[in-house]
Amino acid sequence: MENDIQHANIYDIALHHRFQWEEAQNSYVILFPEGMVKLHGGAGEVIKRVNGKATVGDIVTELKAAFPDAENIEADIIGMFDMAVGKAWLRKVN
Amino acid sequence: MTQNSLGESAVQKTVQAQSKNNGVAANITQTQPLWLLAEVTYRCPLHCAFCYNPTDYDKHTQNELSTEQWIQALRDARKMGAIQLGISGGEPLLRDDIEDIVIEAKKLGYYSNLITSGVGLTEKRIQAFKDGGLDHIQLSMHDITEEINNFITNTKTFELKKKVAAMIKNHGYPMVLNVVIHRYNIGHMKEILEMAEALGADYIELANTQYYGWSLVNRSQLMPLKEQVEEAERITNEFRQKAGSKMKIFFVVPDYFGDRPKKCMNGWGEVFMIVTANGDVLPCHSARVLPNMEFPNVREHGLEYAWKESPAFNKYRGDDWMKEPCRSCPEKENDLGGCRCQAFLLSGDAESADPVCSLSPNHHLIEKAIEDSKNPVLSEKPIIFRTDKNSKKYVAGDKERIEDFHALP
Ligand code: SF4
Ligand code: SF4
Repeated sequence: MENDIQHANIYDIALHHRFQWEEAQNSYVILFPEGMVKLHGGAGEVIKRVNGKATVGDIVTELKAAFPDAENIEADIIGMFDMAVGKAWLRKVN
Repeated sequence: MTQNSLGESAVQKTVQAQSKNNGVAANITQTQPLWLLAEVTYRCPLHCAFCYNPTDYDKHTQNELSTEQWIQALRDARKMGAIQLGISGGEPLLRDDIEDIVIEAKKLGYYSNLITSGVGLTEKRIQAFKDGGLDHIQLSMHDITEEINNFITNTKTFELKKKVAAMIKNHGYPMVLNVVIHRYNIGHMKEILEMAEALGADYIELANTQYYGWSLVNRSQLMPLKEQVEEAERITNEFRQKAGSKMKIFFVVPDYFGDRPKKCMNGWGEVFMIVTANGDVLPCHSARVLPNMEFPNVREHGLEYAWKESPAFNKYRGDDWMKEPCRSCPEKENDLGGCRCQAFLLSGDAESADPVCSLSPNHHLIEKAIEDSKNPVLSEKPIIFRTDKNSKKYVAGDKERIEDFHALP
């Protein structure tokens, strides 16, 4: 992991980025100047909960509850945060 | 406007971002017009020698789409999946309804980007854009001699850009600067970067000229030498490493010096849809140079027809149209044979491999162009600026300089 993702960290969508549900893509997307990324399933579920208030820990707890059958979900979530921070889709607010 | 100012690097970035990761789709081939480029006017106060606008643009300055027609186009494209909107030109700010277009774009859920030279941007307008929900502004550095010179020598143009840059930043927009690179400014890379930093640019795109429209007419005069491009890249890298510089720099390498072409527009009719000032719908900026093609127009058919059914959009989709060597080429997925317009403009055959490709039977044309750019007689021919007067000449058929490029080898 390249970025130090702690449970207490709070993130928000980066400036000049927009997260939205895109009907035509049937998925969540992040829009930014000159580009777009489609977030498949789990990735969308994680970013959807990023709101500048919830901590990483809150989001892990929530997703664990929402997807009780998913194995090793915590590592996936942290991995997703790591990638999104690395790509500057998210900014840390605390 | 400039070729690079939008399309290519844009999609590359998307695709890069997409293809690199697990959680993220690598859905590259799809036939949804994700990107709508609205070239709202061909009128422009500047006269850039590298403008990719059609040389006969003057034909299209009298019959621009109305505000209602633009709004309808935005709605129709959005229904088909368009999500990134570029508002470009010409100089879009010469229209007084950009505010209305921005508001509609926001309502529809577009991520909207205004591409402007900054001429005509006022405090009142930018406030209206912000309130209307415009997401992004890209400031372009254009005019070949005066503007760049003024810019790097810190005079009039620099002052204008500084004013506009401050407005952009004050309204909470990132400051994105696009500079088209050519022989006349490539020697000033360091100064350009320093000035951009002094402007407070967050991003700067150094876009090497691509040769279409006016820039093709002026190719011998504009094309830098390979060594100059390498030097420019070196200076750029050095600048990047300089401690303390937060500015992000994109250097778009010119395709003439590579041995494989670029996947033009990410594939014909794959993700880009351009609506021009007069309502023509195009798969790429310069498509109207291609022979025997009729492009749909929003005045006659809707965008849905244009994208899905029109013969023009289907003509070069996929790879069925390819000839050898592309047809059996193991690399064809990478570049889809390159740019149709470039193939036609240089070789006279729109279905042949892009001559940039070293496997193309016409590759010598690129080599010749590179040679020509070293030829003092050609490279010092007067530059033909993008002016209404020159455009009228092209409309009237005074095309000798363009015909040059059509000639079959
Ligand atoms: S003349 Fe220059 S500013 Fe005007 S549209 Fe062309 S490239 Fe852009
Ligand atoms: S031969 Fe055609 S498909 Fe193969 S690399 Fe060259 S341009 Fe691309």
